[in-house]
Amino acid sequence: MSFAEARTAGSPALSVSGLSKAFGGVQAVKDVDFQVAEGELLALIGPNGAGKSTCFNMLNGQIRPDRGSVKLSGEELVGRSPAQIWRRGVGRTFQITATFPSMTVAENVAMVLMSQARELFSFTRSAVNRHRAKALQLLDMVGMAGQADRPCGVLAYGDLKRVELAVALGNEPRVLLMDEPTAGMAPRERVELMGLAARLAHELDVAVLFTEHDMDIVFSHADRIIVLSRGELIAEGDAEQIRSDPLVLKTYLGEGQVYGQDKKPKD
Amino acid sequence: MGVYLAQFLSGLASASALFLAASGLSIIFGVTRVVNFAHGSFYMLGAYFGYSLVRNLGGGALGFWVALLIASIAVGLVGLLVEVIILRRLYKAPELFQLIATFGVILVIQDVVFWYWGAENLLGPRAPGLSGIVRIFDVPMPVYDLALIAIGPLVLLGLWLLFNRTRWGVLVRAATEDREMVGALGVNQSLLFTGVFVLGSALAGLGGAIQLPKGDANLLMDFGILAEVFVVTVVGGMGSIFGAFLAAVLISELNTFGILVWPNGTLVLMFILMAVILIVRPTGLLGRPETIGQKTETGPVEVVLPAGPHYKIFVAVVIALLALLPLLVDDFILVLVTDILVLALFATSLHFLMSTGGLVSFGHAAFYGGGAYAAALLVTYAATPFELALLLAPFGAGLLALVIGWFCVRLSGVYFAMLTLAFAQVAWSVVFQWSDVTNGDDGLLGIWPAAWASGTATYYYVAFVVAAAGIFLIRRVVFAPFGYGLRATRDSSLRAAAIGIDIKRQQLAAFVFAGVMAGLAGGLFAFSKGSVFPDEMSIPRSFDALLMVLLGGIESLSGPVVGAAAFTWLHDELITFEYWRLLLGVVIVALVLLFPQGLGGAARHHVGRYLKLEASPGDLRSATPKREQRA
Repeated sequence: MSFAEARTAGSPALSVSGLSKAFGGVQAVKDVDFQVAEGELLALIGPNGAGKSTCFNMLNGQIRPDRGSVKLSGEELVGRSPAQIWRRGVGRTFQITATFPSMTVAENVAMVLMSQARELFSFTRSAVNRHRAKALQLLDMVGMAGQADRPCGVLAYGDLKRVELAVALGNEPRVLLMDEPTAGMAPRERVELMGLAARLAHELDVAVLFTEHDMDIVFSHADRIIVLSRGELIAEGDAEQIRSDPLVLKTYLGEGQVYGQDKKPKD
Repeated sequence: MGVYLAQFLSGLASASALFLAASGLSIIFGVTRVVNFAHGSFYMLGAYFGYSLVRNLGGGALGFWVALLIASIAVGLVGLLVEVIILRRLYKAPELFQLIATFGVILVIQDVVFWYWGAENLLGPRAPGLSGIVRIFDVPMPVYDLALIAIGPLVLLGLWLLFNRTRWGVLVRAATEDREMVGALGVNQSLLFTGVFVLGSALAGLGGAIQLPKGDANLLMDFGILAEVFVVTVVGGMGSIFGAFLAAVLISELNTFGILVWPNGTLVLMFILMAVILIVRPTGLLGRPETIGQKTETGPVEVVLPAGPHYKIFVAVVIALLALLPLLVDDFILVLVTDILVLALFATSLHFLMSTGGLVSFGHAAFYGGGAYAAALLVTYAATPFELALLLAPFGAGLLALVIGWFCVRLSGVYFAMLTLAFAQVAWSVVFQWSDVTNGDDGLLGIWPAAWASGTATYYYVAFVVAAAGIFLIRRVVFAPFGYGLRATRDSSLRAAAIGIDIKRQQLAAFVFAGVMAGLAGGLFAFSKGSVFPDEMSIPRSFDALLMVLLGGIESLSGPVVGAAAFTWLHDELITFEYWRLLLGVVIVALVLLFPQGLGGAARHHVGRYLKLEASPGDLRSATPKREQRA
């Protein structure tokens, strides 16, 4: 596939600064700053409820932040709709997969290609088998070409995740957001999928940001890791640094208390 | 000064009945997630029951109020019957079928009322002891208005106490938040649902009864109040009883003051108010963003397939038969088939909106009638030639669809359905009341086609060609990128937005396209009958279209054509009875209960797979499409 011409690796594709969002009295995300560089595979980790999905939803315009800015190669994204942000080159997959169950796998991908080609208001051309070759190519990348003609509604969860990835790649994004991309997959599939994500980043210069609960996946694939806890970034670094960061250990493991022991928990 | 105060109080007085009806609808929806379209009929029943009971118990003040109370309880019992016999079986069915079933109830109640009380408007009895007049700042005010003003807040207070101070009320509120959890905690759900439905119905009945001394009981009040109640619910915020009260007061005041300022413009004022509120607060004054009810479930999701080879042959045979029909049958049958063709186009346009767009419109006749009136007005006032009028009719309807759709696509699911119904009722009221231009109930006459097309057979061919072209165009659009994009918004708005589809724009375009096609059918209709009446825009006509879609089976693309034929036949069979609405209502309810897939769907399910009416071989050999189970 022909992603845009090679860019200078390392320049920030997505710059996030001061991103904040409160729901009622709960400060879900607070003053988050980070950058994702072109060609970088950045992992966003944190315990449940840390604000990862809220962060993602603000990046692609689904939730409007209270404060802060999200810049795509210098262009402000805050205030734009998900559709507009997608058009600027930010693709995403969802934690709970969102596909079109009334279409086949290939049609799901072709749909994104029609949108990309700005054909959505074509009333008389036929959409049957439209962009099929390109769709199959994308499906082949994620290993789903063999199931191209199955209805999307009957796929296994792990397969849906892969279809979503093919869909997200449909408009040759500069930034790819993947919310728990390997949830529901078998161990080998996970490694394959993350290998693909790494190739996308390293060979095609896509900036990939992903969240993941499986630490093995994170530590073995991410170029860099940022850690979110209660809405705030508490650490940043490579796998080695994060593994030994005392604050991260505390967040994930607590302070060494074992339930059932007579130790008064500190607040 | 005094005039304004009196006007203000009068507005408050009329808000009470509206509030009672709206709060009942809100409570029922909150717990059962059923939008009870028969709610207006319960209101009407309350008025008729009240009328008879007051006459029988009447006399003293006590008798009067007891009569109103009994009327309300009686309507509650009718609600009980409807819930136990019909709705209880449909809570798990797609929402569309619940809505259609409650429409069947509307028809039954209409005819029962007509049979028992007759067609005459019954002037409401005065309230004994309260029939006098008080002077407020020298302006006379009926004493009964003051009673009405008190009733609204009293009921509001009573409901607040009920929901916040009783165990039952707490359960209802819990069920509104999370029904499944309440069920899991061991609460008898069906008892709770029944109770809520009875309470909501009784409130509607009370609303109808208390307005009697100010008004009357008539056969048109069911749809009239239904549209108003929907507007109140949308403006006040679904599920909020305080919101309903606020909105009822706001709308009633707007009506009473509007009459002073701009006597003919109260409907327009209501439009503007609704527009402003929907733009500023899409969830209504006190409503919260709803996660449930955002999508009107119409049935299982299936992969949509283009026509298979057998289907194409089948269609070719049908077209050949239709082309030869004038040689085979007499004029009577030809007129009947012309009607079917026109209705088939109308139903197909609605089916497009519903199945491909997932947008269930309950006011689609606004555009069918809109097209018919556009043609008729052009002929009457601009002496437009037949061909041009027929060509312009869809554009008139499309313009109307653009205005109405612009509001409606801001909402989704049942809210969308409610708003389309309310707007269609407004459109009907305008045509009905604006008799200087539209001739009101007497209709516009003398809308005949040009001489060359006026023969029965020739006009049949005109209708055949136009309707067939329209239906093929719609089918083409379903399989065009536009149709795919629209289906994408229906399947997953989340994903659609994330791949650059502007959902509202796609939906508005679909709404206008469906309106244009309905308008084309309306234009054909006007010239085939030579006249247009407000009935063509009315809510029952909108339901006719829904019924055709339902009869044909929502998931089948050719369903509406089959549905239109079945409907016309059914209608012709039933119309010979005096109480055909009652029969039709019973048939609708029975169909929904027995064939939740629609007749066409059932037929296709049993026969279609042997006939290979849809593409399947090559492409899908690897896997047969399975029905998606609804969660």
